[in-house]
Amino acid sequence: MVIEKSAMAGTLESSDAQVTVEPADDLQISVSSSVLNQYGRQIKATVEATLERLEVTSGHVTVVDKGALDCTLKARVECAVFRSCDISASDVPWGGVIR
Amino acid sequence: MINAVGRDIPEELLADGKEVYQGKNHFDGTYVQKVAPKTRRCETPQDGKLCATIREACERCGAHDGMTVSFHHHFRNGDKTAAAVMKVLVEDMGLKDITIAATSLGDAHNNVADYIEQGKVIGIQSSGVRGRIGEVISAGKLKTPAIIRSHGGRPRAIEAGEVHIDIAFLAAATADECGNASGTGGKSNCGSLGYAIGDSRWADKVVVITDTLVDYPNQPASISQIDVDAVVVVDEIGDPAKIGSKEARVSQDPRELKMAEAVADVIAATPYFKDGFSFQTGVGGPSLAANQFIEKHMEERGIKMGFSLGGITGLVCNLQKKGLIKKIVDVQDFDNNAVADMGENPQHFEISASEYANPANKGAYVNKLDFVVLAALEVDTDFNVNVITGSDGVVRGAPGGHPDTAAASKCSIIVTPLTRGRMATVCEKVVTVTTPGDCVDVVVTDYGIAVNPLRPDLIECLDNAGIPHVTIEELKDKAYQLVGEPDPLQWDDQVVAVVEARDGSILDVIRKIKPYTFE
Repeated sequence: MVIEKSAMAGTLESSDAQVTVEPADDLQISVSSSVLNQYGRQIKATVEATLERLEVTSGHVTVVDKGALDCTLKARVECAVFRSCDISASDVPWGGVIR
Repeated sequence: MINAVGRDIPEELLADGKEVYQGKNHFDGTYVQKVAPKTRRCETPQDGKLCATIREACERCGAHDGMTVSFHHHFRNGDKTAAAVMKVLVEDMGLKDITIAATSLGDAHNNVADYIEQGKVIGIQSSGVRGRIGEVISAGKLKTPAIIRSHGGRPRAIEAGEVHIDIAFLAAATADECGNASGTGGKSNCGSLGYAIGDSRWADKVVVITDTLVDYPNQPASISQIDVDAVVVVDEIGDPAKIGSKEARVSQDPRELKMAEAVADVIAATPYFKDGFSFQTGVGGPSLAANQFIEKHMEERGIKMGFSLGGITGLVCNLQKKGLIKKIVDVQDFDNNAVADMGENPQHFEISASEYANPANKGAYVNKLDFVVLAALEVDTDFNVNVITGSDGVVRGAPGGHPDTAAASKCSIIVTPLTRGRMATVCEKVVTVTTPGDCVDVVVTDYGIAVNPLRPDLIECLDNAGIPHVTIEELKDKAYQLVGEPDPLQWDDQVVAVVEARDGSILDVIRKIKPYTFE
């Protein structure tokens, strides 16, 4: 998928994460988290793996994590990317692209 | 040197006979020579000891560079005294190299963080370190490592001369012109002055600070005139509304209630649950809620509690009013209902921190405690508990009476949710050990109960009562399955704080935290 415009998913509530994606030529991921010291590496790995499954190869992805579990992180990244290329209204590949 | 909880204590901290933690009750039966304060003789008739300002009192008491001062924390986040005194010492008098030996420090003392950064305050000895003070300590800005002591460990250290207090500044709700002082009867009441009593007796100089001056003699007094050098009247010593929630409410959270019920079931399954039993709870949601489930079991068996110990809440006072508790023994009040009860209830008694929990006297109240219910930030598979450092390694908690009550009670129960957000509460290794695992008997979580294998007698009690339990490893595995396994924290070498066990040995050290990198 290609990030065509800026989009956002998630909240800043505890146990959630807010994910923002923006179009760019290169792929950059920035992570801030309330549990950075113990889970920063895993959060980044989860975001990278999700983007890879969505075949996103470029864009700026910003994650503001408030202690979200992996499943939440995946869902928020997925939703932000879908919204950025307008496929969130229809044809959401539930259970397909995201594992 | 590796100590009994597996922590590596740097050799340079083991100077002057300091030892590493060698297990529960290691020094039991040994002798200690207590020190005594230096006292000014007052033989002539006296009008009183009033000083017009805090500064005048400081000058009369010989405040100087390099001294150690102390404060109590009975007003908790509402304290206005310690910050005001520190401002006078540092900003008005220009003093430096000051060590603060407080009973606890928190958000009410953020100016101290500035003085640490300026190098004016060079030492912190406290039970709790919260707020900005914790952040600057963890950033390595304090000149000497902070010393973290429990509420029982502090009077032990003072009486042994390991910390010598030059001037104690003690806020009191009421005082007379000679220094007889109390935590009740004024406009800003905090109830028990338990943590202040020892300081009044062991500091060289004692300044009582009040906002309600009363006629001489102010009796009953927690602090006696024979120990007081100066009395200062200020506008407000503290805001009692910030001591705790106005009314300690029992949790409505089904997860907390489920854990509280399990705690009460465990208690009722032990042989210690009989008429006249003694009990202490922390003020966390599930700990507090345990009171109401205990009440059910007490009514079923037709038994009463002999005494309730500790930090006292209005909830405990209500149980006593119902006739379920004979006596309340109180070192600190956690809400305004308990503060009010302290002032009017003849079966509600004040005790000092040494009477409460000091392991180096001839027997503290904790030694008579049957049950204690406590919270935890983390518990590991060796049952070690952390209540001082957050998941980012920053100092932001307080052992308080946790290590003392866990060690001395017959049955100590830790109650905590298995996970908090993404944090695994039950884990492989706690960040910092504040209560050693050999003092912890039962861990109750929302995903099951684990009993310390050191207590096969309690395991048998639970089996006989049909209460299911699992191993602590199973709880840890479940937690990691939910949130993933945490990476170890990244530390610098610099030791920023030393955690003393209640017996004075070194339990753990806290190091400076490194800025996080993904590599």
